[in-house]
Amino acid sequence: MRNSIRNTAVAAVSAMIVGMPAAQAQQAQTLNMGVGSPVTSLDPHYHQLSPNNAVSDMIFGKLVETDHAARNIPGLAESWRAVGPTVWEFKLRPNVTFHNGNAFTAEDVVATIQRLPNVPNSPSSYAAYARPIVRMEIVDPLTIRFHTAEPYPLLPLDMTNVRILDSETHANVTTDQFNNGSAAIGTGPWRVVNHRNGDRIEFVRNDSYWGDKPAFARVNYRMVTNNATRTASLLSGDLDVIDQVPTSDLARLRRDPNFSVSETVGLRLIFLGLDHLRGADENSPQITDNDGRPLGRNPLADVRVRRALSMAIDRKAIAERVMEGAATPSGQFLPPGTYSHVPGLEAPEYNPDAARRLLTEAGYPNGFRITLSGPNDRYVNDARIIQAVGQMWTRIGVRTAVEAQTWSTFVGRAGRQEFSSFLIGWGSNPDASHPLRNILGTYSRERGWGASNRGRFSNAEVDALLTQSLSELDEQKREQLMIQAQRIAADQVAVIPMHIQTNMWATRRGLTHQARVDELTRAQDTRPAAAR
Amino acid sequence: MSVYLLRRLIQAGGVVLAMSIIVFIGVFAIGDPVEILISPDADQMERERAVAALGLDKPLWHQYLIFLGKAAQGDLGRSFVFNEPALELILQRMPATLELAFAATFGAILIGLPLGLYAGLRPNSVGSKAIMAGSILGFSLPTFWVGLMLIMVFAVQLGWLPSTGRGDTVEVLGTRWSFLTWNGLQHLAMPALNLALFKISLVIRLTRAGVRETMLMDYVKFARAKGLSPFRVTFVHVFKNILIPVVTVTGLEFGSTIAFSVVTESIFAWPGMGKLIIDSINVLDRPVIVAYLMIVVLMFITINLIVDLMYSVLDPRVRLESK
Repeated sequence: MRNSIRNTAVAAVSAMIVGMPAAQAQQAQTLNMGVGSPVTSLDPHYHQLSPNNAVSDMIFGKLVETDHAARNIPGLAESWRAVGPTVWEFKLRPNVTFHNGNAFTAEDVVATIQRLPNVPNSPSSYAAYARPIVRMEIVDPLTIRFHTAEPYPLLPLDMTNVRILDSETHANVTTDQFNNGSAAIGTGPWRVVNHRNGDRIEFVRNDSYWGDKPAFARVNYRMVTNNATRTASLLSGDLDVIDQVPTSDLARLRRDPNFSVSETVGLRLIFLGLDHLRGADENSPQITDNDGRPLGRNPLADVRVRRALSMAIDRKAIAERVMEGAATPSGQFLPPGTYSHVPGLEAPEYNPDAARRLLTEAGYPNGFRITLSGPNDRYVNDARIIQAVGQMWTRIGVRTAVEAQTWSTFVGRAGRQEFSSFLIGWGSNPDASHPLRNILGTYSRERGWGASNRGRFSNAEVDALLTQSLSELDEQKREQLMIQAQRIAADQVAVIPMHIQTNMWATRRGLTHQARVDELTRAQDTRPAAAR
Repeated sequence: MSVYLLRRLIQAGGVVLAMSIIVFIGVFAIGDPVEILISPDADQMERERAVAALGLDKPLWHQYLIFLGKAAQGDLGRSFVFNEPALELILQRMPATLELAFAATFGAILIGLPLGLYAGLRPNSVGSKAIMAGSILGFSLPTFWVGLMLIMVFAVQLGWLPSTGRGDTVEVLGTRWSFLTWNGLQHLAMPALNLALFKISLVIRLTRAGVRETMLMDYVKFARAKGLSPFRVTFVHVFKNILIPVVTVTGLEFGSTIAFSVVTESIFAWPGMGKLIIDSINVLDRPVIVAYLMIVVLMFITINLIVDLMYSVLDPRVRLESK
């Protein structure tokens, strides 16, 4: 056995020496990236998933792009404005061509929007972005107008999710054709040369890209899902950039001068959902009195109890110790500096004594028993966070059992309101309408609200403000409405916010990476350090 | 012989059918694939549309009948995640796994048999004791740990071997194989060794036990008394007789290596079937899970059949028809 290793090793070394010059020359031109989540499709309209969106952003262009802080910037559209209450006009960028040389015009935008709801078998479609548009009007080849039924302020934001296809090349295109690379043709900075599903995607530079020229001739985009292996591959030099740096490797990578870590506060809030569905005199499924008997009422229906549970959590300790610094305690969905962030709404203060007093006031001087559930394979250190919270709650007299489970079981149960309290995350758009509509708005099929409102929080004031904001075209007024709605939700402890995750990448020396708040890992964000 | 094969085939069909029912019920019990696959900001309408698009709006028995009907025509359904035929998806990944499993199994036999033979023939030598002690390590060290250690030592510290992934491939007979290129072999070395470690120990122990038992047999003593050379005694008389347990165990191990090399594949980012199945289970991609397990069942049945056939070659006393 030992011999065999030695032989292989000796052979490997000699091979490396022989193959060195060629390999080195190629290395300077090739960027080897390792990402932690697999890409499931190259079809930009098939499966809404961050890894897919990241790769789509390398191949395709969008009318409205977003910068690293998720602010809207001109993309294939040079400018846009609302020309009437229900009309948005986009001026398109001239002289843009697709990878195959076809020119980009308004026809392509129309074809793209028409395709969105018509992608067969899509498990998570982009159709929602086409729904508000009732009519498209081509004013001239480089001007397009979108007509909506009602005033719709979110249209530019929606357009940051729609990758534009070519009306000619992609007429009747199928998902398979994207996946085998033959239809993966866009206006983006990279061209696909090879796609091996779940393993790697190889790109070459698009020399006729309209924006900043990509810094590398080739990109090898590899999916390395095991955390420890991804770090090891960076250390060994097989990879130049990795994302989702495990918190346990952070200290080591920060110390080592051969590597650098790039990070930014993200847009993903980790929070605890609470059972708002059961009324004050109903039993919540996982709450009992201290002897394990049904309580006959739902303590979580009392805002004082919810506030007490929130105050019992030492968010700073969790961010520093459980998350090893890779998180920022937060009292709301969006980080500071983002549109519609609520100024002055800080993470609730840690005060176990006040929490105990609140519980007594609410009629639970001896607390009660509760189960806190959460996934163990979804968010960074998720199972360890709920363990910590469980201990903190127990300290104020709410005896907490912690139940961590795999995401596939967890999410189904959460959606059926089987939990009394549960940990979950929300990766937000940089616009509070996103969490307001999906998590804080009252669950309603007709309005399409609250689909992820798994605790079934419902507040008439929040709903009214949200309704108003959704048709307000003035960005400042809209922001004020949403801030007000978020304040009410926070005051009512609709959910217990924990922290916003820090997004992290690591690169080898000689490269710089621009960290993005939206977690996307794209080749155009990495450049040689000298070129800065 | 043909009756025997026919009976085996019918058995196989029954097992496959039972397995598909179990998977259908199992996946249904775990959760809802749409909840996992859909974008969290999709509204209720969008969710209902996705449920219908994947055919999950029908009652479970109806979904199963549709599956059976299509399966009879050779269509095992399309992956919920990739929107590609499940069977095709698996077959695409199969060469990578096969190559790894073959490399590991051959490695185990090539290394394990001679070492086991030596340990059996000279049980009291220092070398034998070292081999036996080493084999305990091979048994007891967990694969994920050994895998990471291999990467840390050979890729990170020494820089001799590439840390992860599959190397350059050559297309032969329509499939891509990496063991035919030097770069591919370098990539193959560590994952194959990691998978082989347990098997090497197994083969060493089986061989050693077999040799020690057989050496005391009368026919061996007789062969010695007849004045045959020790070489002939060992390699003709002893060797052939110890092979039956070795073949059985290696065969079964080979099957489980192909089917369940999940840990090694994910640590070394090896794009094989193991990684596919674990990802599919995580997102409840039922068509892929069903198709995968059907293939695994068929594979185990085939391997068992081959093992049985090999018995009859190795030991004329074993008859296939005997019940």
